[in-house]
Amino acid sequence: MSSHAHAAHAVPHAPTGFISKYIFSTDHKVIGIQYYLLALTAVFVGILLSLLMRFHLVWPGAHLPFVPGGVMTPEAYASLVTMHGTIMVFFVLTTAPQGGFGNYFLPIQIGAADMAFPRLNMLSFWVTFLAFVCIVAAFFVPGGAPLSGWTGYAPLSGLGSVTGPGEGWGQTMWIFSIALFCLGALLGALNFIATTIDMRAPGMTLFRMPLTCWGWFVTAILGLLAFGVLLAGGLLLLLDRSAGTSFFAPANVVVNDQLQPHNGGSPLLWQHLFWFFGHPEVYIAILPGMGVASHVLSTFSRKPVFGYRAMAMAICAIGFLGFMVWGHHMFVSGMSPTSAFNFSVLTMSIGVPSAIKTFNWLGTLWGGKIQLKTPMLFALGFVSLFVSGGLSGLFLAQPAVDNLLHGTYYVVAHFHLVMGVAAIFGIFAATYFWFPKMFGRMMSEPLGKLHFWITFAGAYCIFMPMHFLGIAGGIRRYADYTGVQYLAHLQPLHYFMTISAFITGAAQLVFLWNFCWSLKFGEKAPSINPWNATTLEWTTASPPPLDNFAGNYPSVYRGPYDFSVPGAKEDFVPQHLAPELVARVR
Amino acid sequence: MRDRKGSRGSAATAGLLALLIVIMVVVTVYVFVSRPAWSVPPPSITSVGELVDHQYSMTLWVTGVVFVLSQLGLAYAVVRFRDHGQKAHFTRGNNTMEWLWTSATIILFVGLGLLGRKAWVDVRFTEAAPDAIQIEVTANQFVFNFRYPGADGKFGRLDPKLISASTGNAVGIDPNDPAGNDDIVVPTLTVPVNREIDLEIKSQDVIHNFFVRELRLQQDAVPGLVVPLHFTANAIGQYEIVCTQLCGLGHYRMRSVLNVVSYDDYQKFLKEQAPPAPGQ
Amino acid sequence: MPSSVAPDVELVTTDKSGAGSSGGNGRRGGGGGGEGSGSHGSAAVPQRAYVTGMTIGLGGILMFFMALVSAFIVRKGAANDWGAIEMPRVLWLNTAILVASSFTLAHARKRFLAHDEDGFRHWWGVTTILGVFFLAGQIVAWRQLAAAGVFLATNPSSSFFYVFTAAHGLHLAGGILGLLLVAFRPTHRLTRGTATEIAAMYWHFMDGLWVFLFAVLLLGR
Repeated sequence: MSSHAHAAHAVPHAPTGFISKYIFSTDHKVIGIQYYLLALTAVFVGILLSLLMRFHLVWPGAHLPFVPGGVMTPEAYASLVTMHGTIMVFFVLTTAPQGGFGNYFLPIQIGAADMAFPRLNMLSFWVTFLAFVCIVAAFFVPGGAPLSGWTGYAPLSGLGSVTGPGEGWGQTMWIFSIALFCLGALLGALNFIATTIDMRAPGMTLFRMPLTCWGWFVTAILGLLAFGVLLAGGLLLLLDRSAGTSFFAPANVVVNDQLQPHNGGSPLLWQHLFWFFGHPEVYIAILPGMGVASHVLSTFSRKPVFGYRAMAMAICAIGFLGFMVWGHHMFVSGMSPTSAFNFSVLTMSIGVPSAIKTFNWLGTLWGGKIQLKTPMLFALGFVSLFVSGGLSGLFLAQPAVDNLLHGTYYVVAHFHLVMGVAAIFGIFAATYFWFPKMFGRMMSEPLGKLHFWITFAGAYCIFMPMHFLGIAGGIRRYADYTGVQYLAHLQPLHYFMTISAFITGAAQLVFLWNFCWSLKFGEKAPSINPWNATTLEWTTASPPPLDNFAGNYPSVYRGPYDFSVPGAKEDFVPQHLAPELVARVR
Repeated sequence: MRDRKGSRGSAATAGLLALLIVIMVVVTVYVFVSRPAWSVPPPSITSVGELVDHQYSMTLWVTGVVFVLSQLGLAYAVVRFRDHGQKAHFTRGNNTMEWLWTSATIILFVGLGLLGRKAWVDVRFTEAAPDAIQIEVTANQFVFNFRYPGADGKFGRLDPKLISASTGNAVGIDPNDPAGNDDIVVPTLTVPVNREIDLEIKSQDVIHNFFVRELRLQQDAVPGLVVPLHFTANAIGQYEIVCTQLCGLGHYRMRSVLNVVSYDDYQKFLKEQAPPAPGQ
Repeated sequence: MPSSVAPDVELVTTDKSGAGSSGGNGRRGGGGGGEGSGSHGSAAVPQRAYVTGMTIGLGGILMFFMALVSAFIVRKGAANDWGAIEMPRVLWLNTAILVASSFTLAHARKRFLAHDEDGFRHWWGVTTILGVFFLAGQIVAWRQLAAAGVFLATNPSSSFFYVFTAAHGLHLAGGILGLLLVAFRPTHRLTRGTATEIAAMYWHFMDGLWVFLFAVLLLGR
């Protein structure tokens, strides 16, 4: 039996023609870039929405572009809140780190020619793209975009347009978009897990994988187990809205003096289904960034990751515990107080592996030889922002304290610091780090540093004050504070945050310019390994050939972070170098 | 890698990053410590509220120390270990330290959580005393309505089909039930000081929330559920009631007032608000 | 010996290409080449990756159905309007048909492994037809309920009945499609052995899932 006849080749014959090379490609590198560009588009849409929101909060009567009627109505504001959250969480934070960089670099970092299922990979992207089309369409359907928040609580989201503008077609498009996204994510997760389990190069044991791969692997497991639940919830919500069922809509609901034709449904059921997905989702958003942070911190400190095994186990622990804490979003929901307390203890526990990671990041830096290039700056910024954002979680994790903070800007501060900044910094670090590998050119260091300084300072200026706003009683998702007497003294905070937001938003244009300009005119990468890194992607051309290694598949002889090894001549020993070939100091 | 100019450049970069982090830490700590008016909630008016505030302070101390140490540690590391031509110190880690800081963190975080149990239990696990004043809170888009049982101490039956804000029957009291004839329905909440109040929180349409900062209490109003919430206010005054759960386009203006008054004033309020007896 | 495409870099002191790949090809480290793909290094997708993929996929599908079952349990306890419906009797027949189809499928796999092409085709076909009968039977059940005035929104019990059977039926239809593909489409990447193996995994899972869902529906009356 010839091995040729039965060997399954991951890489088909090289595609010809623009469509099969760049549009309907099964090459994970192309698909990774497609996901990344989707996320890049989505993030600028999301930023625009948030700037409209911040502008409105300070100048509520002003005339605004993009807003129907010129002046923002309260329902328009609530729909911006909804769409900003939905687009950012799903189409940026769940897309760029995993679909973008994970797709591009997981196969290469484990020494494979492609993902296990390249055509499924292509399908995943296009389903996700379709989901994005649906969510953007929600702006343009009759009634406009939904206003129930990215959390879509029933029955606000489950009764149709009677509960508010945008709750008709807009909410339906939202459900379609989310459902499609779930399908794309499930297919993607399948690919990532199978690839990681079965396609690793000889010598690449699980504990020799770069921490980026651990991040993508555990994230994929979370996605596999969580997105199916959201899909189920979305299906039931759709049926409540359009088929007259009552999964989430209770009896005797009276909206605008009209009795609604529903019976006995449980609004809390929606919350349970949503947050069973929703909590793992935020770990899906941050774990790849943690992997990237470890990877970059180590590379630019010229030191192994401190406690590599503990770091890998911490990623697993965060993933595992992440499925057990969803009730902390529901402390004041009417849920049983005993359940609430149990969820609280588990939530405080999940701070432990996160703390371990923070200590190990510091340990990685300690005694290092730190090179402050742009990727490293963003990785360092990630650590600072994750500490800030993570610690505020400890307040929210306690139900007694949550009594004061739930539904206030304190929550908004917390999740923006960890997701809306730290995870984004993970994406930036990855971009600056891997740009030379993906495109063969370097991004501009001066522009990168400018982008970093403004974004780092700006992000803190936007989101630190939000903690105080929340503690003092500033309620979230409010369209207008200027008419609220008892909050009037907080208005200067809003002003400060809005100015900071505009400046920080503008700084992202620096990034966009740098990215686009460097694609064509960036300085050519001085080598295939400009950062002197150790992992497998740095052994191949920039960009890598179709099968990643030009037939020259590596084997792995050591762990991924052998920097400054005593006795070695160079300050890094790549993973693929056979021991007898490592140059030593006499 | 022995790039002198690069080292000089990196000293400036390291210094700037450390400086930004230090400024951020100093400003943050300063605000938390000096407690300007825009950074603190109004004083609490319940004894449970004091427990909450105490738990908040404990958490602030713990997280504050961790915050300062890790951020300053980061800033220090960036400056101290920036590349100025030295060799990195090779180590794969330290298992003893791992066990140490893992245990410390478990004890600290979980301990903190367990410490906060009483503040939660005292409100949520205990029932209101039998002689607590019962008041029904009904939320809907975008108002609160408060129903008192009136002189007979009994709430009248409700019929959702009768709900009509425009004709003055905001909560749908059934006129066929005599117990409802003396029910008082008002848009603000008036309670006597130092008496236990037992709220029954409901919603007519979507999920809302009843929140008073000074009580340090909030509770979602969920259609289909009646959720009890009891408290004893110990200071006379007027306090904002707000909805914290996104409930539609009017969410931002869904507010009411909690009036804590003397017992005599409370009795006066009940008398003034009592509906006229049938036949008058 | 394949030549290195990447130019020798000044940062790595030795020729990584020759040593790397020749050292690697013979190894059975932790992954990479699977059965039948030895000299091709890690370009090949090992057959077991398809089995892994199917297992993982079934895990994802399981979570979807477990969410629906959780919703069933919560909704049943949430109010007293459950309205337990009478299960159409044809469901018992359908269940028997589906369980039988798992046996015929197992038999077909046995024939395949014994290189009995005709026997394989015969029993594979029987399985497919039984699957079609199952779906037809489910539709009969739906029509019986509709004739009795029980529709999707009639009460929570009926809602879940329709949701469970529709979701399962849709997945089973996918399984029938899979069986047909295995029977008629030549395989490129998968061997026929792998294709029949994963199709069988999916089918048995759908069978077991139906028995479980049916039990939940029965217990929920």
